[in-house]
Amino acid sequence: MARPSKQLVRLDVNQDVHDVAVEPRTTLLEAIRYALRLTGSKQGCDKGDCGACTVLVDGRPVLSCISLAVEGQGRKITTIEGLADGNHAHPVQDAFDVCGALQCGFCQSGMMLSAAALLEQNPRPSRDAIKEALSGNLCRCTGYTQILDAVEVASGQRDVPERDERPTTVRR
Amino acid sequence: MLTLPPFQYHRPTSVAEAVALLGEHGGKAKLIAGGTDLVPNMKHRLHTPEHVIGLRDVAELHRVGSRDGALTIGAMVTLADLARDERVSAIFPSLTKAASQIAGPQLREMGTVGGNLALDTRCVYYNQTYFWRKALGYCLKKDGTVCHVVKGGQKCVAAASNDTAPVLIALGATVRLVSPRGAREVPLDQFYVADGVKNTVLEPDELLTEVRVLLPQGRLVNGYQKLRIRASIDYPSLTVAVAAWLEKDGSAQWIRMVLSALGSRPHPVKRIEHLFGKPIDAAAIEELGQAAFKQCHPLTNINVDPGWRRQMIPVFVRRAWAQALAIRS
Ligand SMILES: Cc1cc2nc3c(=O)[nH]c(=O)nc-3n(C[C@H](O)[C@H](O)[C@H](O)COP(=O)(O)OP(=O)(O)OC[C@H]3O[C@@H](n4cnc5c(N)ncnc54)[C@H](O)[C@@H]3O)c2cc1C
Ligand code: SF4
Repeated sequence: MARPSKQLVRLDVNQDVHDVAVEPRTTLLEAIRYALRLTGSKQGCDKGDCGACTVLVDGRPVLSCISLAVEGQGRKITTIEGLADGNHAHPVQDAFDVCGALQCGFCQSGMMLSAAALLEQNPRPSRDAIKEALSGNLCRCTGYTQILDAVEVASGQRDVPERDERPTTVRR
Repeated sequence: MLTLPPFQYHRPTSVAEAVALLGEHGGKAKLIAGGTDLVPNMKHRLHTPEHVIGLRDVAELHRVGSRDGALTIGAMVTLADLARDERVSAIFPSLTKAASQIAGPQLREMGTVGGNLALDTRCVYYNQTYFWRKALGYCLKKDGTVCHVVKGGQKCVAAASNDTAPVLIALGATVRLVSPRGAREVPLDQFYVADGVKNTVLEPDELLTEVRVLLPQGRLVNGYQKLRIRASIDYPSLTVAVAAWLEKDGSAQWIRMVLSALGSRPHPVKRIEHLFGKPIDAAAIEELGQAAFKQCHPLTNINVDPGWRRQMIPVFVRRAWAQALAIRS
């Protein structure tokens, strides 16, 4: 069939309103990454399995790789670039930093957005509730332990771990 | 990167408008609800509709309510909202359990009840990229003439993989279907047919608007068990839904048990009527497990060992009944 022409959609991303020309088949992730150049949302499996593309839509975590950009109109979208409050990192971001809750970092944006959405609804979640809320975000490096710890730190339920300042290569 | 094929997008705001669009574009159109099944399938070129009709703005489809002694669930109610609904969990804990175990958290925020009931069947030889399918050779369900699961088979046996379907069948639900020709009410156990290519009676121009489940006046017990490799994200490899109506003396007026994620439609276990009128005790549960085991034969349509899935049938029947009967007390 003839390719349908592009149409303008108004996307409210991180409280900035953008008019973006997209085809109906453009995914929300493609619009965010390639039209708005916000590359913090990752393109992983690109078919709804891995959670790397997670963004918040009206506060709820959804997968932008299987959402249509045209259906993002009229909704409030938050990507990892919009999680911090100005120059102040979100508590989840701080906690991921101090806990060393990441290695390659590919899953991290999605993890942090899922975690932030959880804490918004449930400020002191149990370990099981954290596991459940992050169960749609796959991580292939960390084994998850520090990630779960980080969410406990962010919710004030666990002490900030002491930093080990030795270079990693000489650690025993 | 997996791109979508081109299509035109429509955004009706009422059921009437959506149905009119279906009437106009019929077989060349696909409805999109949460898109969690349709979008990956379109990326794999399993469906290439010219028109995609978005149901998001049809407000009347988003409600949970009660009418004429029945619970009504609108097609666009999300699985997350269904799982959180306390009116539902108080009476139909099996439905809450099924909804809360579908896929992962983000997919439940997106996925809907209507989309779940109309989910395309799944097969390890079908849910693959175009490149993959072309390399192996297409199959009956899409573009080909052979079945890779049943050698020489002339019927697709791709698996009905929707979690809410077996539960809602066990609870005796009906669905309302609307098309340009009018509306019809179909019992959910007649909504599914034994054909993996298309396992529902939905016509190309029909819209599922709501599910109705009669609210029990007496003592309904119900339970649900789902087998999968990981406790999140994965589709089911076996599901068992049970429901029964208990008399005051503890005997069962009727018993229903539905197994799914095996063949192309959910399977209501047959020939269990001799257990009606008696209590559901350990011996009865054992018999129910054996009946299910005899009637169900997992296939290689899913990448999970069929032998193991079959051995798990009586185990999961036991667990589902334990859950159903414990919830009552
Ligand atoms: C990684 C992954 C894991 C998953 N795991 C599970 C799982 O464990 N269990 C499970 O059940 N599902 C699972 N799913 C599938 C899916 O998320 C759910 O089944 C969901 O409920 C589908 O609903 P939807 O609204 O997203 O459907 P859509 O994708 O929007 O639609 C699905 C189909 O239904 C049709 N349709 C939608 N609404 C209507 C309507 N009102 N009337 C008529 N036809 C309609 C569409 O045209 C389409 O053909 C998984 C999906 C993914 C990507
Ligand atoms: S069951 Fe056979 S025909 Fe159906 S999708 Fe699988 S391989 Fe194809």
